[in-house]
Amino acid sequence: MKILVCISNVPDTTTKIKFTGDNKFLDTTGIQWVINPWDELSLTRALELKDDPKSGVKSVTVLHVGGAGSEPTIRKALAIGADDAVRVNAEPSDAYFVAGQIAEIVNREKYDIILCGIESSDYNGSEVGGMTAEFLDIPSFSSVSAIMIEGGAPVLTREIDGGKEIIATECPFVAVVQKGIAKEPRIASMRGIMSARSKQIRVFEPVQVEALTEIDAFEKPQPRAACKFVDPENPAELIDLLQNEAKVI
Amino acid sequence: MSVLVFTENWDGKFKRLSFELVSYASSLAGMLNTSVTAVTIGKAEGDELKKLGEFGADRILNITCPQLSFLDNRAYATIISEVARKENSGVILFSNNNTGKALAPRVAVRLKAGMASGVNGLPSGVEPFVVRKRAFSGNAFAHVVIKTPYKVITLAQNSFEPASRPTGAIPEEMEVSIDGSSVKASILETQKQTGRIVLTDADIVVSGGRGMRSPDNWGPLVELATLLGGATACSRPVSDEGWRPHEEHTGQTGKIIAPNLYIAVGISGATQHLAGVSASKYIVAINTDKDAPIFETAQYGIVGDAMKVLPKLVETVRNIRKH
Ligand SMILES: Cc1cc2nc3c(=O)[nH]c(=O)nc-3n(C[C@H](O)[C@H](O)[C@H](O)COP(=O)(O)OP(=O)(O)OC[C@H]3O[C@@H](n4cnc5c(N)ncnc54)[C@H](O)[C@@H]3O)c2cc1C
Repeated sequence: MKILVCISNVPDTTTKIKFTGDNKFLDTTGIQWVINPWDELSLTRALELKDDPKSGVKSVTVLHVGGAGSEPTIRKALAIGADDAVRVNAEPSDAYFVAGQIAEIVNREKYDIILCGIESSDYNGSEVGGMTAEFLDIPSFSSVSAIMIEGGAPVLTREIDGGKEIIATECPFVAVVQKGIAKEPRIASMRGIMSARSKQIRVFEPVQVEALTEIDAFEKPQPRAACKFVDPENPAELIDLLQNEAKVI
Repeated sequence: MSVLVFTENWDGKFKRLSFELVSYASSLAGMLNTSVTAVTIGKAEGDELKKLGEFGADRILNITCPQLSFLDNRAYATIISEVARKENSGVILFSNNNTGKALAPRVAVRLKAGMASGVNGLPSGVEPFVVRKRAFSGNAFAHVVIKTPYKVITLAQNSFEPASRPTGAIPEEMEVSIDGSSVKASILETQKQTGRIVLTDADIVVSGGRGMRSPDNWGPLVELATLLGGATACSRPVSDEGWRPHEEHTGQTGKIIAPNLYIAVGISGATQHLAGVSASKYIVAINTDKDAPIFETAQYGIVGDAMKVLPKLVETVRNIRKH
């Protein structure tokens, strides 16, 4: 069984987000790039499954659609333990474009389980996983918080509004994963970092897929009004403000 | 060129978010000079369905499919896409909740539609079609141009006020059939949370962080939430420590919520935490540290010890509720 983990390259989650003068692009000066937090967790889960001989998982490949500039992030995934990596050499212009590229790689290389994160922390799309599955015409499961493989058969936990479902399915499928999928992201060991240097990143040119959306401009949220402080000895005043000023209780 | 809105039902019932969606669809249809078709799949009946008409649905389609007993993303997306084609729907609208996130991208590919998710307002223009969506986990908005004839949108929860616009639409029943062998999954078990308000549905949320000091200190926090008719939540370290259940973890890697009121108790206000709560209409912070970053985002604050402040708040609210 082969697992493909799709990874996105995003600014570190503590980054102060700034845009270029025309507000069209992210100002990338000084940004630290990391593996999207959910993708890091799905990679961790994929590797845990591979570590378990009963799972039947033989290999874990990471896939990234992006320019050569994101290779350090891909190397990090290899250092954490992925067996190999594919990079589709193109600007990830929108989710439809990216999903089309991922589907092409899956068609060529035949993966059994395709993992995507619930969203990337930059464009917050929640789109790529479902779109990839539709391009491939295979099942997709969203909000997946656990993946087990029991006797060769995948069993997933899917979060629903106010509960969860345990689902049995068969390969191939796309799982869009979220919190719970792995406890802590796996960290690269010294040995992992060394061996990642010799692992290959296979680079493919993109296939023809048009982007269907574009970003016209970014905008920073309006700063909120200054905080009104209430005397800790008199919290009744807070309740009064919430009732009569904010009118939310 | 109608606006099609997918209104999920929960055991046959709609929620506030369903009415938000229909109201949004109705305003959007106004901008596009067209009508609203609401679609739901399975279970919902007569009077419940009619409620969609009170918020502006001109047509209400209740689709039943005998082969479908649960949410199969591929089958649902196929059905919704077929209806969109038949209805000649230019915009197909979903909630940005679990179900919407699961279905909308599939429908977008089937219809070759450009998609924008987590949209939080009406388009700023329809020619070209530009919507504003959440980006960088709440640290920015992106104005997205959708360039295709079909457009798929998911609407952020609690970002649009439901408004009464009765149409008197009579619900129509429609039975569809799918190839049962295309459903490659089965539900082994369903676990439902009972008794408590679902966090993503709550108007009021009281949330605790590491400043609550110990899992034994949660009594007054839970009581305050209960008295206010709200839900409880927590920061990540709190759920990691097992002080509170994982379903309560809010933030970048947890739940993203947008209640009317978010009360953060003993939470420092790390960017990753704010990523999940910054769309709340009002944020209240209670913290011993006057320099805690949470006060930069909060509209109301109390600098003080949660252990002393919470019981006083509980008492005040209890007294008001009595009268
Ligand atoms: C990739 C990534 C993703 C993350 N995702 C999330 C996420 O989704 N959600 C999340 O919450 N965090 C997330 N974090 C962690 C985040 O960075 C913070 O560490 C976390 O939010 C801090 O939680 P806290 O505010 O409860 O604790 P602390 O930062 O320790 O703050 C405790 C606060 O309580 C106050 N306090 C202490 N005693 C009292 C008292 N008696 N009364 C009142 N106040 C008191 C203190 O002044 C302090 O401000 C993430 C981190 C990373 C790297």
